[in-house]
Amino acid sequence: MSARKKKVGIAFAAAASGIVLALTGCSSSDPLDEPSVTAQAGSIVVGSQAYYSNEIVAEIYAQALEANGFTVERKFNIGQRDAYIPSLESGEVQLFPEYTGNLLQFYDATTTATTTDDVYAALQTALPDGLVALEQSSATDQDSYNVTADFAATYNLESLADLANVDVPLTLGGAPELEERPYGPTGLKELYGLDVGFSATGDTTVEDLVAGTVNIANVYSADPRIQTENLVTLADPEGLFLASNVVPIANADIADSVADVINAVSAALTPEGLVALNVQSTDDQMSTPDIAAAWLEANGLN
Amino acid sequence: MTWVSNNLDLIVSLTVAHLRQSALPIILGLLLALPLGWLAFRFRRARGPILVSSGLLYTVPSLALFAILPPLLGISFLSIANLIIALTIYAVAIMVRSVADALGSIDPDVRSAAVAMGYRPWRSFWSVELPLAGPVILAGLRVAAVSTISLATVGVLIGAENLGYLFTNGLQRRIVPEVLAGVVAVMVIALVIDLVLVIAGRMLMPWAPRRPDRKSKAERAMAS
Amino acid sequence: MNLFAEAFAWLFSPDRLTGSHPLPAAIGEHLFYTFVSVAIAALIAVPLGYLVGHTGKGRDLAVALAGAGRAVPSFGLIVLLVLVLGVTHKPLAAVITFVLLAVPSILAGAYSGLESIDRAVIDAGRATGMTEWQIFRRIEVPLGLPLLVAGMRSAVLQVVATVTLAAYVGLGGLGYYIIQGVPLRRYDQILGGALAVTILALVLDGVFALLERLAVPPGAPRQSRKSSRREIQTREEMEQIEHYPVEQSN
Repeated sequence: MSARKKKVGIAFAAAASGIVLALTGCSSSDPLDEPSVTAQAGSIVVGSQAYYSNEIVAEIYAQALEANGFTVERKFNIGQRDAYIPSLESGEVQLFPEYTGNLLQFYDATTTATTTDDVYAALQTALPDGLVALEQSSATDQDSYNVTADFAATYNLESLADLANVDVPLTLGGAPELEERPYGPTGLKELYGLDVGFSATGDTTVEDLVAGTVNIANVYSADPRIQTENLVTLADPEGLFLASNVVPIANADIADSVADVINAVSAALTPEGLVALNVQSTDDQMSTPDIAAAWLEANGLN
Repeated sequence: MTWVSNNLDLIVSLTVAHLRQSALPIILGLLLALPLGWLAFRFRRARGPILVSSGLLYTVPSLALFAILPPLLGISFLSIANLIIALTIYAVAIMVRSVADALGSIDPDVRSAAVAMGYRPWRSFWSVELPLAGPVILAGLRVAAVSTISLATVGVLIGAENLGYLFTNGLQRRIVPEVLAGVVAVMVIALVIDLVLVIAGRMLMPWAPRRPDRKSKAERAMAS
Repeated sequence: MNLFAEAFAWLFSPDRLTGSHPLPAAIGEHLFYTFVSVAIAALIAVPLGYLVGHTGKGRDLAVALAGAGRAVPSFGLIVLLVLVLGVTHKPLAAVITFVLLAVPSILAGAYSGLESIDRAVIDAGRATGMTEWQIFRRIEVPLGLPLLVAGMRSAVLQVVATVTLAAYVGLGGLGYYIIQGVPLRRYDQILGGALAVTILALVLDGVFALLERLAVPPGAPRQSRKSSRREIQTREEMEQIEHYPVEQSN
């Protein structure tokens, strides 16, 4: 074999084996599992969702812990539950602000609990062994259906049941996945007998509601714009929504050591307080660390 | 502008993360494109399949590629690895063509001269062909670099933390300067990297002509 | 590999024809936005590109524009415009974004198409007494067509990819299934949506590849593969069109 052909052969083999190596990862594992991430030893890893309000609460946890002598590593904006739940369970992230109702539905989609205490109790049972729910806060940030003040006045709307009196077609706006959630259009049909269309409005839901492209919108209860845009939250007598309070989820290994600090934070966090934090982020455009520091100081927890 | 001045540290840290996430695919892309491009150039039968398959890969929209790679490679959908691999694939797809064409553009007489002077194929490749092919490869590298930096922002949808965060966070909070800062930052670093590559090219390859020539053959014959 | 089987099952299931987002409607939306935007972009970019290519003036500006266009993160641009123009104008914001992204490719295709023509052919045209307009219409446009089509091909693929991303701001299209599938934890939906948009992109790419071949006027000189380095250098930027990011991105 000539030297040139040999070199060609080597080059080809190298390329081919590289490709083969890359492709031998063919597996049927769930691609929605979080990959491994390593945390520094001795520090508490605090995570957050890709949601600015959740990030603020996580930062409050982080700064509160630091004020009490812990070393904290932040892994914010991890995104979807599919991404961070596995790493919470494995201990790569150790503390996470969550919402009782939504998290309960994640673990048990068929749950019938709806009140604050029932949901919290059901959540404690539903959580896997490695995770502990610390005390829940009175602050909520849950799904709620809202209409504009004008719309509510026109049709005399106070609760979701009143929507039956509306004579125009109803369109529900919210995140794309709302369409398939049990409390989405199917839930409205089952519990209230309403036929609603759906429009995936995502992050622009409030604007769409105000602009009239949808007439009902799913707005999170801690969103400051419910007040600033004069929206009316419709009451939910049939328990379509689960109560969803802010709850710290901790890895069982560190739960005891952080419980005192974090429970104090949860106790101090009120529904109005959470809204105020969100206002500081959206209207005052303050940065997350500044907002957290100010809140801790105002509540004497630093 | 006040938002920008108040959040400069956030922008800077995201920029650093962004550059880190972009650099690896660009470098890996070049390293993979060189042998693949050489194969495409050297073997006429290989040229078609290599160029066609890289062209097809390039056609796949990024969000779709992020979804297709995990089941194939056994990685997680929401991971940096997914982002890096996808970006590398796009970078290779861009550069393979450049490398193949660059090597093909070398005057065969030059190769013959090298052989006549006793250069072995390996040395000829590194000392003669690659330097001559350099400028065109550099052009492909520039395109790949700019588009990688730009494309990396989509990584925020699969959990990567880079300048794309400014888009999603800015949308959630309705802060226009934040989103605008993100767009501008991405464009600025893309153009800066492009400039750096141009300057590096000029320094490393002083033999490369600077400007393409528009004169016709006849005009050139008359001028000489 | 059974994930792909599940994805195809999802894609071809009859459920895809019902609900608030039937598959045919999503494909239709996707194609609609793509073609409208590329058409508008072509109306702007083709005349401009021809002007630059024919007169040779403004070439540096056009090259810079093509380069800058590649650097724009399309994901960020669409979010920005939706925020700025408001929610009631989402389709308008989206179309503006797509047009802005498509213009550089088409512009580059138009002017490089003209630039790639051997000057000798143009001189010959002048020598036989053709007017500037006749040269343009009968020599430059037909000979420049393949590269223009290549530019449009790039633009179309780029817009298809960005329309996929526009689902994040609620625009519909095939990206909707991917964006919705992630929080719902349905990988068959995510992958199904991804495969659908990939197939769409490949089909469009194939159609335009065919158009590129058909666009070569009969009798036009074939570009020899072993072009001189100087000619390749001239074609550097033309190569760049075909490599134009099908940017999905950003």
